[in-house]
Amino acid sequence: MKFIIVAIAILVTMAMAIFRAAKGPTAFDRVLAANMFGTKTVLLIGVVGYIAGRPDFLDLALLYALLNFVGIIAMLRFIKIGHFGDGKPVDR
Amino acid sequence: MEVIQDIFGWAFLMGGAFFLLVGGIGVLRMPDFFTRMHAAGITDTMGAGLVLIGLMIESGFTLNTAKLLLMLFFLLFTSPVSSHATAHAALLAGLKPWRRGDKPAKSLPDPRTAGAIMTTTEPAQPKSRTASPQRRNGPHKGGRR
Repeated sequence: MKFIIVAIAILVTMAMAIFRAAKGPTAFDRVLAANMFGTKTVLLIGVVGYIAGRPDFLDLALLYALLNFVGIIAMLRFIKIGHFGDGKPVDR
Repeated sequence: MEVIQDIFGWAFLMGGAFFLLVGGIGVLRMPDFFTRMHAAGITDTMGAGLVLIGLMIESGFTLNTAKLLLMLFFLLFTSPVSSHATAHAALLAGLKPWRRGDKPAKSLPDPRTAGAIMTTTEPAQPKSRTASPQRRNGPHKGGRR
């Protein structure tokens, strides 16, 4: 029961983050919302593992945490630098 | 013992759910980017932390607790790093923090270039021009500035 309540709360928060990512006026709002969504994905996978009675899902959650962090840093580097490493600025 | 575990599990999980919801509402309703970062930080620290501690209490002394502890430490180390990177990139882009009395920012400096850092115009933040971060990524600029 408690796991289901927490899962619903996480899903609602993820919906809010998605809404902000779709609406956010700047690119940074979208990055922030994507980061938040990724963290909530980690939590949701863990909690779903407990709901289903299969706590092995925690390994997947750990992997998601790593991937999320690397992805956010890569995206921010790209926003800050403005090219993909070939020196040609991306047309925005 | 079971009862105590159950009570503490409920308390931590419900506290985590509460902070998650509060942070989500804050991300929706705060007036500009930096205040939204504050709300997102709440979900990253209190929300995730309380939920993970609640799951730890639920699973007792098992391998799952070790995994959850690893996740918690990882989140606690990476969340400030990504928050700092996001805020740093936004400041360099020239976003101005919202002040009391401003309108809730509908669109910041220029909606087309709001994500584009290396435009040829002056950044909107005079302070950040003299600060070193501008110069630090010099070789990457590719001659756009």
